[in-house]
Amino acid sequence: MQTIFLIIVLAPLLGAIIAGLFNVSRCMAHTVTIAGVGLSFFLSLYTFYHIIIQGQGPYDITLYTWLISDGIRFQVGFLVDHLTALMMLVVTFVAWMVHIYTIGYMHEDPGYQRFFSYISLFTFSMLMLVMANNFMQLFFGWEAVGLVSYLLIGFWHTRESAVFANLKAFLVNRVGDFGFLLGIAAILMYFNTLDYQPVFELAEQKQSIRLELLPGYSASIITVICLLLFMGAMGKSAQFPLHVWLPDSMEGPTPISALIHAATMVTAGIFMVARMSPLYELSPTALGVVLIIGAITALFMGFLGLVQHDIKRVVAYSTLSQLGYMTVALGASAYTAGIFHLMTHAFFKALLFLAAGSVIIAMHHEQDMRKMGGLRKYMPITYWTALIGSLALIGFPGFSGFFSKDAIIEAVHHAYQAERWGACFAYYAVVGGVFITALYSFRMFFLVFHGQERMDKHTREHLHETPWVVTLPLILLAIPSVVIGVIALGPLLYGSFFAEAIFVNPAHQPFLAEDYHGVWGFLIHGLTQPPLWLALAGVATAYLLYMVKTDWPALIAQRFPLIHRILSNKYGFDDFYQATFAGGSRDLGHHFWKTGDVKLIDGMLVNGTAYTIGFFSSIFRQLQTGFLYHYAFTMIIGLVVLLGLFVL
Amino acid sequence: MLADLPLLSLITWLPIFGGLWVLFVNNDAHARPIALLVSLATFLLSLPLYFLFDPSTANMQFAERLLWIPTFQIHYHLGIDGFSMPLILLTTFTTILVILAGWEVIQYKAAQYFAAFLIMEGLMVGVFSALDAMLFYVFWEAMLVPMFIIIGVWGGPNRVYASIKFFLYTFLGSVFMLISLLYLYFKSGSFAILDFHAMPIPMTAQILIFLAFLLAFAVKVPMWPVHTWLPDAHVEAPTGGSVILAAIMLKMGGYGFLRFSLPITPDASRELDWLIITLSLIAIIYISFVAIVQRDMKKLIAYSSISHMGFATLGFFITFMILENTGSLHGSASAMEGGMVQMISHGFISGALFLCVGVLYDRLHSRQISDYGGVATPMPRFALFAVLFAMANSGLPGTSGFVGEFLVILSSFKANFWIAFLAATILILGAAYTLWMVKRVIFGKIGNEKVAALQDLNARETLILTVLAIAVLFFGLYPAPMLEIMHASVENLLTHIVHSKL
Repeated sequence: MQTIFLIIVLAPLLGAIIAGLFNVSRCMAHTVTIAGVGLSFFLSLYTFYHIIIQGQGPYDITLYTWLISDGIRFQVGFLVDHLTALMMLVVTFVAWMVHIYTIGYMHEDPGYQRFFSYISLFTFSMLMLVMANNFMQLFFGWEAVGLVSYLLIGFWHTRESAVFANLKAFLVNRVGDFGFLLGIAAILMYFNTLDYQPVFELAEQKQSIRLELLPGYSASIITVICLLLFMGAMGKSAQFPLHVWLPDSMEGPTPISALIHAATMVTAGIFMVARMSPLYELSPTALGVVLIIGAITALFMGFLGLVQHDIKRVVAYSTLSQLGYMTVALGASAYTAGIFHLMTHAFFKALLFLAAGSVIIAMHHEQDMRKMGGLRKYMPITYWTALIGSLALIGFPGFSGFFSKDAIIEAVHHAYQAERWGACFAYYAVVGGVFITALYSFRMFFLVFHGQERMDKHTREHLHETPWVVTLPLILLAIPSVVIGVIALGPLLYGSFFAEAIFVNPAHQPFLAEDYHGVWGFLIHGLTQPPLWLALAGVATAYLLYMVKTDWPALIAQRFPLIHRILSNKYGFDDFYQATFAGGSRDLGHHFWKTGDVKLIDGMLVNGTAYTIGFFSSIFRQLQTGFLYHYAFTMIIGLVVLLGLFVL
Repeated sequence: MLADLPLLSLITWLPIFGGLWVLFVNNDAHARPIALLVSLATFLLSLPLYFLFDPSTANMQFAERLLWIPTFQIHYHLGIDGFSMPLILLTTFTTILVILAGWEVIQYKAAQYFAAFLIMEGLMVGVFSALDAMLFYVFWEAMLVPMFIIIGVWGGPNRVYASIKFFLYTFLGSVFMLISLLYLYFKSGSFAILDFHAMPIPMTAQILIFLAFLLAFAVKVPMWPVHTWLPDAHVEAPTGGSVILAAIMLKMGGYGFLRFSLPITPDASRELDWLIITLSLIAIIYISFVAIVQRDMKKLIAYSSISHMGFATLGFFITFMILENTGSLHGSASAMEGGMVQMISHGFISGALFLCVGVLYDRLHSRQISDYGGVATPMPRFALFAVLFAMANSGLPGTSGFVGEFLVILSSFKANFWIAFLAATILILGAAYTLWMVKRVIFGKIGNEKVAALQDLNARETLILTVLAIAVLFFGLYPAPMLEIMHASVENLLTHIVHSKL
């Protein structure tokens, strides 16, 4: 199996190197990368079969020793268990679809080869992240996907907005990574190893150790570790208040928005917390924080999707909100539900992004929804697949999103009943979020595909369905968006699928096997719950506002200017961060430089010393003028003074 | 057979005599190939130091010892351990690249230019291999002369101010070191550095000696607040001068702490470790903020060097706090090794960054960030390298820049949460100043017509940057070999410094 795992990660890397560093043709570039990722996908499928169906593994393999210091081995290796196998499958499948789609989307771009190189490199990095068996390698993958995200957001590097967005994305992620690295340092200090297995095994023993953070204030070391690691997850998975980079990341080409900023990289934080479940389960405080942060993100980022006009930004805010849902699930100890939603979301959100991309291609790279409308008749495949994606997103019964989202709401409800900290707020946030989700999703859907055709004449004449390389991935992603929920519900949530990979304190366990009465039971239960009716109400509201009374949205905005302004300004986070952190750092740096270095150190100490010496020497040099009469005059004066003294 | 040769002497004197030869030939056309040949030969001769090195012992290897000045018991004594060997290899490696980098660019007095770098190389190797304090001091001071000339003759418009500032600053520091060395000689009757290590010294004397050494080494590293010579020197120095300055000369300060301060005055080091740690953290944070607002690319990289060297000094002196906090030395070795790795890796990365700026400077004769913009469009290959080295400078895992910072941050957590917290801000600040520069220089719209007309890297430049890129990636992905050679020396030093010498 080691060879297979190696091929899975190295095939995309090889593709990336060939496409990126060698001067290959366009055809060659997409052939090698698609072949590489395709190979990874099929081998991941085999791994999935091998581990899950045949029940082999889990595998914990060491590849090589990165370094040894202080007797601690830092190694690179793979841990492949049920959780990893599932993630590998999702990552390689979506990546493969996106690779194929890219042929169509980037068709005319001069950076064609470079783009394929980057997305293959991303696939490699993401696989290294999910397959890691230790914290160091996790951090490697963590930062590597951040690098590729940086490169891809700034792919069109002559656009000022793109290179602004990629710097912002990298720096905000670095803030998260700052905490993440400190978390790793804490683990090393208290566990003396960075390998997952021993850390998880020892975690319970270390529970009572406390770290004195401030004199007189100490915290449980497990809580400190969990919160620090979660800071990393907040950066990568764009949780409030580190969410600001994700909407701007839409400056990158659409295929990467689907792959990186919806399906895979942004879910790394969710994956990480689920992987660390043996640690998080020991810290109710950390879980409470996770719950609250997730709930804030789920609800408040959804609102922002309501006022966006850029089709990709609507989907981006929807992604933020859905990531909030996953985080809420983690906070409620429903790691399996979080991973379940991660998986279904990967399919339907990649689908929605790629459908949005298909629309953008057809509209000649116009992204403003105000200039779209009525595209249904021009683009039937895109229309139907987008409908499937939207229905899955709002949790329409039977679609994949229904099962995963309902599972999360069930879990939060369970936590609410158990009176866990923050669960009350979280419950109302996720339930309310369902209405918002349906509203913004179908607002977009109606604005794009129905109603008046608002594009200009030239664009309308050229409207047609996109080529097969674009529509094929849409269709292939639509299939799991519909069916994966039904298939995975039982084994993932109520079965023992994650038994070895995810640990849940029995007292926290929201999903009990005896409560499970099959998919139908779950479905029928869901029909009686408020979320479904809220979702339908959201669709109905969207229909009313954007199909029937199309002048109402503008009136509402006029009627509530303050709310509209707050939402349009995204609660002011961007401006606030720009002014305080970016501006503040520059001011501080300027101050340090001009006052500290130039004035104080150089001006006073260094050159000041030189000037002082110069000043005194300019005085003393008067004593050595070289003129004989000066010396003679001084001698006479001296003689007179001395004589005077003696005489008196 | 190789082991029987006086390898260290060869590596020290071959480039010095080679340099004199180039100077003597004084023909610009011949100077280049001769210089390259000499530097290549030196590098090849230095390779056995690695391959024949015995990593299991902390004893001095490849030792050579002859009586030099009998009256004062001064010996010509060379030898290396796990601290000096990697730095010597770094020196011989970097010199080749510097000579290649000046190949077409230097037209004015080319023979003297290459001669200066060869002589410089020999003297630097001498500093790292000298085991006699006087010999060390001679190399240490002699090294200033070629550097002074390099900045003063081939430097920018403000070169005179910069070179004098550089000279006086470093000279001031080393004078105090000389006094300490003389004191140690009068007490011990020997100039052997290893004798100094073994000699008991009372506390007051230790503190004074420590402070004198600190002044000498802090200026070289440089540490805040004696760092202001470096930005000026870098800005005015020619590209090759900047590379040598950043890649190797700064490392001498760090090396001095390991060879002199810590083992000779361990009790004073323990007493004053807070001072070094504070200065290191100031270097990491304060200097990073200063770096953010620089408008001159070389100045920015110079400030970044100061900030990164803060990790080396932090790693070297965190030991005592780890011991105090956890009651064991566990973690100190990682910190010290992290500091060493940081020094070597910084040699590659800062050298590469200065070479990148040099590439741009050769074309447009400007170092101002505002004169560029959108360089990636006319120079895609250059952009690839620049972004790689920028990422390495930001400490991206997979590049050598990550290894040292990672080890030092992880270890300093064991000393104190807040030290690790402050040190880890480099993750944010380092990325901020490096990538903001990249954004303004490499990315964006093409700034002006001159940028649009830029030529991409030629074969020579590509070769140099490729070699460095390989080094940065190799040691990022597989740093184990670099650390293996240090383990014994680090262990030895740690056990030495925790024992009081009062």
